[in-house]
Amino acid sequence: MTELEPVTYDVCTIGAGMSGMAAALFAANRGLRVALIGWGGEIIFTSGLLDLMAVHPVREMKTWRDPWACIGALVRDNPLHPFARLKRADILAGFEELLDFLEKAGVPYRRRLQRNSEVPTTLGAVKLTYCVPQTMWHGVAAMAGKKPCLLVDIQGLKGFSVFQIAAALETRWPQLRPVRISFPGRFHCGEVYPERLARALELESTRKDFARAVRPHLNGAQFVGLPPILGISRSLKIATDMENLIGVPIFEIPGTVPSVPGLRLKEAFEQFLPPRGVRVFSQLQVMKLSRDDNRRFVLETGRFSAERFIRSKAVILATGRFIGGGLRADRKQIRETLLGLPVYQPNSRNRWHREDFFDPLGHPINQAGLEIDDFFRPLDNNGAPAFQALFAAGSILAHQDWMRMKCGSGLAIATAYAAVNSLLKL
Amino acid sequence: MSLLKTQVLVIGAGITGAGIARDLALRGVQCILVEKADINSGASGANHGLLHSGARYVRNDPLAATECREECVLLKKLASQCIEDTGGLFVAVAGDDENHIADFPDLCSRSGIAVEPLDIKKALEIEPVLSEKLIAAYSVGDASIDPFRLTLENIAHALEFGGRLLLHTSVVGFKKTNGRIQVVILQDQKTGKEVLVEADQVVNATGAWAGEIAALAGGHIDLLYSKGSLLITHHRIAQRVINRLRPSSDADILVPSGTVSILGTTSVQIDTPDNVRPTVAEIDYIIETASAMVPALQTTRYIRAYAGVRPLAGSKSLDNGRALSRGFFLIDHLGDKLENFVSIVGGKLTTYRLMAERTSDLICSRLAITAPCMTRTQPLPARSACKWTQPGLAARIWMQRQNSTDAMLCECEMVSKSTVDAVIESIHNQKATPDLRAVGRRSRVGKGTCQGAFCSIRILAHMLELGELDSDQGLRDLKRFLSSRWKGMRPILWDAALVQEQLQEAVHCGLFGLELQKDISDR
Repeated sequence: MTELEPVTYDVCTIGAGMSGMAAALFAANRGLRVALIGWGGEIIFTSGLLDLMAVHPVREMKTWRDPWACIGALVRDNPLHPFARLKRADILAGFEELLDFLEKAGVPYRRRLQRNSEVPTTLGAVKLTYCVPQTMWHGVAAMAGKKPCLLVDIQGLKGFSVFQIAAALETRWPQLRPVRISFPGRFHCGEVYPERLARALELESTRKDFARAVRPHLNGAQFVGLPPILGISRSLKIATDMENLIGVPIFEIPGTVPSVPGLRLKEAFEQFLPPRGVRVFSQLQVMKLSRDDNRRFVLETGRFSAERFIRSKAVILATGRFIGGGLRADRKQIRETLLGLPVYQPNSRNRWHREDFFDPLGHPINQAGLEIDDFFRPLDNNGAPAFQALFAAGSILAHQDWMRMKCGSGLAIATAYAAVNSLLKL
Repeated sequence: MSLLKTQVLVIGAGITGAGIARDLALRGVQCILVEKADINSGASGANHGLLHSGARYVRNDPLAATECREECVLLKKLASQCIEDTGGLFVAVAGDDENHIADFPDLCSRSGIAVEPLDIKKALEIEPVLSEKLIAAYSVGDASIDPFRLTLENIAHALEFGGRLLLHTSVVGFKKTNGRIQVVILQDQKTGKEVLVEADQVVNATGAWAGEIAALAGGHIDLLYSKGSLLITHHRIAQRVINRLRPSSDADILVPSGTVSILGTTSVQIDTPDNVRPTVAEIDYIIETASAMVPALQTTRYIRAYAGVRPLAGSKSLDNGRALSRGFFLIDHLGDKLENFVSIVGGKLTTYRLMAERTSDLICSRLAITAPCMTRTQPLPARSACKWTQPGLAARIWMQRQNSTDAMLCECEMVSKSTVDAVIESIHNQKATPDLRAVGRRSRVGKGTCQGAFCSIRILAHMLELGELDSDQGLRDLKRFLSSRWKGMRPILWDAALVQEQLQEAVHCGLFGLELQKDISDR
């Protein structure tokens, strides 16, 4: 059985990663009737850090403390990068609007307006990024000041090793002291999962027990670093409470998937977008996108087969690249999955990737994607907008390698912002 | 500088060198096995894992066919822990040469190889992945063999008899007087230290590098290099070895290997045996060609490709040496005026034992040792330290133990902490230094869907905690491991494998910025 959604939306955002969520927020904030459709898994892959821009030119592996200067240099050298179509004020405004929303949704961020910050990661590699979750912020100062710091590991927690972190940072931050403790309660044997620890810490009694287990190891440490487990929906309150119980500032160390910070973002969006007027279809994917006689978009959505038809005047494609499923590659070529839009790409598979995984140039396939006009509308084969009211945002856009340039979140947020504003203008 | 004395120095710890070390050890001969990289770093670690019944060679190489037949029967009995006796099929599809098909059973029986015709319906019933355009099918005794375990077991047995193994140690020179090698100069690749070896006899079992080593000793072998590329499927496609019944050609064998299948190969002449990689063009060609036989190969997911080098002996060495068969050559180097140097080149994984026997026979006759070869009758003992390359084994043992504190470090292949510990111990027993690549070579780590993207981080941390790695070594080792896995990923990155790669790059580059770690040089 399929059903037709009774309302016609002003805009449908397809994709539930950072760009789709941000686009839905911006559209709702501007009074549009918005639907957000996405499988809902992608955003949990994030570390929680929001990059803006940090590396250019990638071939020189040049890192920048000032993301704005880095963007300036980038758009001079690469006028096709999506950032070249954006004003600094718009990028900034997009960030402010999103960060304001996240703060109200219980996921506050910290940043320095003009500067990237250095954050220690679970691998012990240092990450240069723009916005840092409040729960990770003390790590920036602790590392910069080389403060005596206790790193706490949890018995049975995988993908996180304070011994690895301390070893990799040894020369840079000698006063790191790793320790592994058992998590209080019934977590003493076997594998423990970050999400369960985070939910357990939402209970005050668990926090007290956990702090009691940490305190004896302090021995003069001025900071305590932890895996990202400080709760899901009330992380700031839990972090503050833990700090009071332990007696020194604490910080989480961002790392690999699946991550609690990603869950926080997902829950924040899914819980706080609907009150802003966004209709969220989080377990659906779009099977087919077409247009009806009135030139409105018709989205056939469902879990495994079409279950629900949704009509919308405009669509923002925020379907991502290969991980999100916006692009798909077979042995011969890369295709855009919903509309078969032309995809900018290297001309043969042999050119997709370089011989060396870590080649500083990055892999050409990571510049593939949709080419757009100044209104962020994907182009057809003739170089004209494919549809009057179809927009694209985020990593599906061509001419950017967010993984090497460290511009993923910035790209997602700023292009979502631009796409929504274009939609209003047209 | 240290000086070692031994009766025989064997150069090259692939399957041939390992087999020789064991054969000599069983005859009571003292032996040192030296290897410039790790075990099976050449063709022994990059082949089809196929134990030939001999049927493939009945037309063009009856001697090799007979050797394969005999060795296949022997190894199934004597090294059964390394073999899955799958059986094999030879199949032809519409368009394949009918004369070739008609001759096949006759040629097999002439070489004494058991073959049984199957009717088409029956063949499709037992291997439903075969093409519907099947026109002929025969059943033979091919099997699947694990070359890593085979080498590890041979080495382990040799070491039990007092043999010695030097991994990551190169041969850098020979000191000779009057046509006799007095001292072989070795260099430890990790420390740079020199080690001198005084040996009565020196065996060159370096496969594709045999020409270089012979030249260093003042000898000569004329070698041609043929690169073969292969593909590993994400799951096991067929239960039996499937050969295309046509004149030996590219992409005509599909071998099951535990939970996966291996498809190959190509034959491309190259100038040097170093740094071979499978290319995109080769991989596409293999898939296109082989899908005539098994159409599912067109759409199945692949997790990895790899390439090995076949050393083919050229004409000059034939005049120079003693041709034993068209399959392999034992070269005595007397023509090069070298009296205590022997090279063994060519051959196949299936005939490694025979090659070791013939080489050891020659060495023993030179040493006036009369002890007979034992490997023809004595089973290769199954040692627990060598078993971890077997797919699914680590998972089974973990399930049986039900020890909930034994964390799973590699989730794709279910390799737990205790298994990694056992592998690390086995590396120490071989007097080598554990790192991610050494662990991967001796276990299933890095061989599953994620190709090491996620487990590498966990295993790295675990090794660091055990004190197996120096603190500054960790990220460098991780980069090296990921770079070495990359060679085999690059040509198969489309569809799901590409998504997996993007996830890996998002983590290692996007988040951790490993590509920016300038202080970590890739040596």
